[in-house]
Amino acid sequence: MSPVTLKVDNLQVWYRTLRGDVQALDGVSFTVGDGELVGLAGESGCGKSTLGKSLIRLDGRMRHVGGTVELDGKELPIGDSERMNGFRFKEVSIIPQYAMSAMNPTRRIGRMVAELLESRGVRFEGQLEELLRRLELVGLDPEVLERYPIELSGGMKQRMVMVISTLLNPSLLVADEVTSALDVSNQKAVAEALVDFRDRHYVKSTIIITHDLSLVYQIADSIIVMYAGKLAEKAPTDTLVHAPRHPYTRMLIGALPEVGVRYDTKRLEGIPGSPPSLLDPPKGCRFRDRCPLAFDKCAEEPPFREVAPDHAVACWKAF
Amino acid sequence: MRQYFQRKLGIYVLTFFVAVTIDWMIPRFMPGDPVQTMLSRASLRPEAAQSMQAYLNSVFGLDMPLWRQYLNFWGGLLRGDLGISVWLFPQPVTGVILRAVPYTLALLVPATLLSWWAGNKFGALAARRKWLDNTVLPLGYVLTATPYMWLAILLAWLFGSVTGWFPLSGGYSFSLAPAWSLEFAGSLFWHWFLPFLSLFLVAFGGWAIGMRNMVIYELEADYAHYLESLGAPRRLVRRYAFRNALLPQLTGLALQLGVLVAGALVTEIVFSYPGLGYLVLQAVNNQDFFLLQGVFLFIVIGVLAANFLIDIVYVVIDPRTRTGMRGDTA
Repeated sequence: MSPVTLKVDNLQVWYRTLRGDVQALDGVSFTVGDGELVGLAGESGCGKSTLGKSLIRLDGRMRHVGGTVELDGKELPIGDSERMNGFRFKEVSIIPQYAMSAMNPTRRIGRMVAELLESRGVRFEGQLEELLRRLELVGLDPEVLERYPIELSGGMKQRMVMVISTLLNPSLLVADEVTSALDVSNQKAVAEALVDFRDRHYVKSTIIITHDLSLVYQIADSIIVMYAGKLAEKAPTDTLVHAPRHPYTRMLIGALPEVGVRYDTKRLEGIPGSPPSLLDPPKGCRFRDRCPLAFDKCAEEPPFREVAPDHAVACWKAF
Repeated sequence: MRQYFQRKLGIYVLTFFVAVTIDWMIPRFMPGDPVQTMLSRASLRPEAAQSMQAYLNSVFGLDMPLWRQYLNFWGGLLRGDLGISVWLFPQPVTGVILRAVPYTLALLVPATLLSWWAGNKFGALAARRKWLDNTVLPLGYVLTATPYMWLAILLAWLFGSVTGWFPLSGGYSFSLAPAWSLEFAGSLFWHWFLPFLSLFLVAFGGWAIGMRNMVIYELEADYAHYLESLGAPRRLVRRYAFRNALLPQLTGLALQLGVLVAGALVTEIVFSYPGLGYLVLQAVNNQDFFLLQGVFLFIVIGVLAANFLIDIVYVVIDPRTRTGMRGDTA
């Protein structure tokens, strides 16, 4: 495997609530290689956005309980917001889920970018040429810098935020549901831009958080599937889609419609049941209650273990 | 943009028309007769009173049919003639009002602007300092819930009656004649301070609370989180949040102007301060239609003008209103 950009080891991030701690991220370990584009998929509430946010900025309710994150060999102080500031934007950056409202509505975009850069000790004039080049790359007119965010369409805002977030060539980019609010043609443009940015070394590695497996299938080098705050399976994209080992991954992929297949005679299979509450998660495998293959051993928690090179699974049946 | 201001101006003209009409109606439908009041003050013989009544009715134009009086009122208004005061007969109303206006403006303008400015600053500060939020802000709730005149009475009692630090009534000391002297200016300031303070305090509480809530809301907005995710220093995020939080506060200022004017009027009455509020009280007591109309008219014009000004400022500082005007939102 190529050198490692990101190394996450046994990361635990919980949400503090009045009813107790929600264990949204409970012992997650994985690595992302140099130049790797990783898709992070799972149903809503599985902890994928929590994982993405943990790598850059914990919000007020989130608490770093345990585990470490290493970026380019340096440990990220993810629990210490002040010290994290030095890494943000320059080493690790995010395209947030809310890109549509991510820009200050009362500032011209160019001025906002300038103020943001200057506040990080980077001269705006020095970056302007690069900024214009990248705007052109994603198909935005340089004139958008003179506009207010409200004057841009959803797709334009998404691309603008993408350019801003990656302007300082971070090692790691977290793209959180970047295509969810877009129509298919914009989805394609944004997805291609993500690959393009990686190929041009604007960003070293990218984590794409999505609930849309069919999207990451097209662009990601490998895919991580999460379930109820834990990793279920990580494998190179082709392996994961065509030879998944975890029953959850299999059912997830089985639930996707296929092009060229008619579904009028056969219903698409869903996954019955719903994920467990993370306020007080059950012992053992968390997928047990919904799993058709569950057996006695599943009362014990399965480790996340490699079953083939680069292919790790957390399921007793897969070992 | 021009279309926007034309429409706004149209609305203001319409409002002005309606306000003037109501202004003209109120004294006329009030019980009582100003001419009778004047006559009873003069205590004349019955036959003299009769001819006096006829004379006064024609002087004030009260012998004409109502619609004629209404048209005359507009005619006079456009010529800047608001009639003759009953209370200070035979002085023209315009002169009486112009003498009182500086006092009211001197109270109202600084109290409004300073309380808005200080309230915003303080509210923004309270939004990020827990101890301020927990100690001084509850005081803000008390202040903003206080009726203007009640606070005025309290201040007058405490600093006027009990301690005797400040004078209780008038615009300047009775022993002085208006002059361009330091002594007179000091006296003016001394008399001005308590009414100003009571207006300032009540308004200040409201602005501080509003700003605190708005800043907290803005600091939780998506753009603030995005900036923080990109490591922007707190200073920048707060500057943006403060500026954006000011917008609703400005709208609030436009909405509050009427209330502030009303507050100034009652405060003036409490302190017998020789501004418009004091005139209103005298006009009502003396059945002085023309003075009452004139004062209300001045207030209406003032509030409308200030609102128009805020409309313009809003367009300058909030780009979203401008986009809406051009109608080319993408």
